[in-house]
Amino acid sequence: MTENSFIIHRKSRASGEVQSDLNITPVFTDTNPFVQQYRQKAWRRYLSLSIPDSSQEHWRRTNLRGIDFSTFKLAEPTENFQEQFPRIFDAPVAGKENGGTILLSPFDAKKNVAPQVQKKGIIFETLDSLKVTQPQIIEKVLSRIDHDKTAKFSALAGALGLQGILLYVPKNVRLELPLQSIFWAAGEGLLHSLQLFVYLEEGSSVTYVHESSSPNAGSSLSLHAALIDVYVGPDAHLNLVELQSWGENIVNFTSENVQVDRGGSVDWVFGALGSRLTKNVSNLSMIGAGATGKMSGFYFTDHVQHLDHDTQQNHLAPNTTSDLLFKGALTDNSRSVWQGMIYVSPEANKADGYQANRNLVLSKNARADSIPGLEILTDDVRCTHGATVGKIDEDQVFYLTSRGMPRDDAERLIVEGFFEPIMQRIPFEGVRKRFQNAIKEKMEHTRN
Amino acid sequence: MSELNIKDLHVNIGEKEILKGVTLSIQQGQVHAIMGPNGTGKSTLAYTLMGHPSYQVTGGSATFKGHDLFSLPTDERSRLGLFLAFQYPVAIPGVTVANFLRTAVNARRKAINPADKGIPILEFRNLLKEKMRMLKMDPSFAGRYLNDGFSGGEKKRAEVLQMAVLQPEIAILDETDSGLDIDALKIVSEGIHLLQEQNVGVLLITHYQRMLNYTKPDFVHVMMAGRIVESGGADLALHLEEHGYDWIREKIENGINGNK
Repeated sequence: MTENSFIIHRKSRASGEVQSDLNITPVFTDTNPFVQQYRQKAWRRYLSLSIPDSSQEHWRRTNLRGIDFSTFKLAEPTENFQEQFPRIFDAPVAGKENGGTILLSPFDAKKNVAPQVQKKGIIFETLDSLKVTQPQIIEKVLSRIDHDKTAKFSALAGALGLQGILLYVPKNVRLELPLQSIFWAAGEGLLHSLQLFVYLEEGSSVTYVHESSSPNAGSSLSLHAALIDVYVGPDAHLNLVELQSWGENIVNFTSENVQVDRGGSVDWVFGALGSRLTKNVSNLSMIGAGATGKMSGFYFTDHVQHLDHDTQQNHLAPNTTSDLLFKGALTDNSRSVWQGMIYVSPEANKADGYQANRNLVLSKNARADSIPGLEILTDDVRCTHGATVGKIDEDQVFYLTSRGMPRDDAERLIVEGFFEPIMQRIPFEGVRKRFQNAIKEKMEHTRN
Repeated sequence: MSELNIKDLHVNIGEKEILKGVTLSIQQGQVHAIMGPNGTGKSTLAYTLMGHPSYQVTGGSATFKGHDLFSLPTDERSRLGLFLAFQYPVAIPGVTVANFLRTAVNARRKAINPADKGIPILEFRNLLKEKMRMLKMDPSFAGRYLNDGFSGGEKKRAEVLQMAVLQPEIAILDETDSGLDIDALKIVSEGIHLLQEQNVGVLLITHYQRMLNYTKPDFVHVMMAGRIVESGGADLALHLEEHGYDWIREKIENGINGNK
């Protein structure tokens, strides 16, 4: 082979193998023209984009070709969704001491918000009811949404995401008690969509916990598309905890944008346990000087799960700080992808960015891809990153078994220890417990 | 009466033979010291008895309380009453000393009674507190991650603490004295004394006599090139302190094999 010769690999897609798209015709009948327009625009964008394939950088490691999108049906309100929320939600992850809980199912909501929360002027409401009662608030929030023009599934969530929540905290209002919501999406072969909006005015602070979940049954896939948009105003502070415990028939596309303004801060905990396939894009943008963003992620995959987490830390103003740590364990034939990027704009002098992803692979057929990245357009910055994929250390196992623990207990203890730095970052016992139980369950069935 | 019987033990690491026929018998309540220069197989003996996967037994046997030790996995050997204090204890980041010890205690209880719900938190806390007080350890030690960032002395003390909580019948201490200052050495030795009072059999691996000033052995063995070449009483250690190992080497070279 001469030096100049090279081979071009080009995947040709055989005719007839074109990826199917959704086969639905939604009708938009919102009385609020602003909402109507927002949804129609999103739907047009959805239609204009094709299902992403591996030719796109961000989809290289997550293949959608086995999914027949034409099978997903819009849920009908007449179908029986009144299936009771599982008992597990009797003990909300944020604890019994909370400022309010909203339980969402695809066509229903059960709300319980403390009077003191309403008295403070905090809005914690389903989108559906807000469209009627507070149209101006909805407009304020929706007009902020700047859809990524290439993101097909966030457009889908925008168009169809009737179900959803708005959390609005007025200027200088601080709430100690956590607020929480749970989206329970039962059913098979269905298309679920959700939008969450969080808006913190200047100087306010709040803690918000959201969990998405569905029964772990059913053989046919369901689709979940979600759009999460968060604005943390100047000097405001948000504790955000997100947990997904989807059933393993869910294909989950979630797109999240968190913007932190001048002097504001977000402490964001992100936990992923469920779904058959997930592509989660999260953008954490420090848009005002001195803004701080911290993101702590954990995931544990088993069976044939495929979880793809795409994180972006954008430093768009001077003196901004970001700190991201994602830790994951994998077993069986599962797979995880973490792709992270720190972007520092020319304006972001003295930015301080950190990102790390650590993976523990527990079976020989599991695989973790970890791809850190930096894009720095100014000189006076400090950015560090690290990525590791490792196995359980046999010397640790020997040490623990020499104290009388069976190998299984020893491995579980090592895995729990691996996640401990993340657990330390979670302010809720309920969330920690949920994750610890998941570790136990996933490691137990692996042995059998 | 628990007894550890090692007979003509041969052990390889990979292709290399490290132990070339070791015979030794330890009874509960006895203190045996194994001394000898570096690289003669002392630690190999310790690891092999505990079941480290890197060491292959190629010949001989070891029985403990009538069980064939080498047919048992490591955790069962431990639950049977065998303990190894590591020369280089392994760090388990994210796992506190207390959590680790409670898991270890519960594993023992569960092996005896599969329906056991584990040691009650309060009972365990009191047990740990008492043992730590005995070893003059700060209570905050229980909340630190096991061996993670511990100093040399802290690691060794943590080993003795584990021994005190798990209460073995035969304990192998692999160079537990190395890297300790005099104060730490005293504390560790006191810990060993307490074990002795509880009738624990001790196999002390060391190459310093000074440990034996604090812990008086009933038997002293010298190991060289994978064999025990000389055995005697406590006075043998003093003799070694004074004269070194050369006289034993000479004895071997002159054909007077000290083995057996």
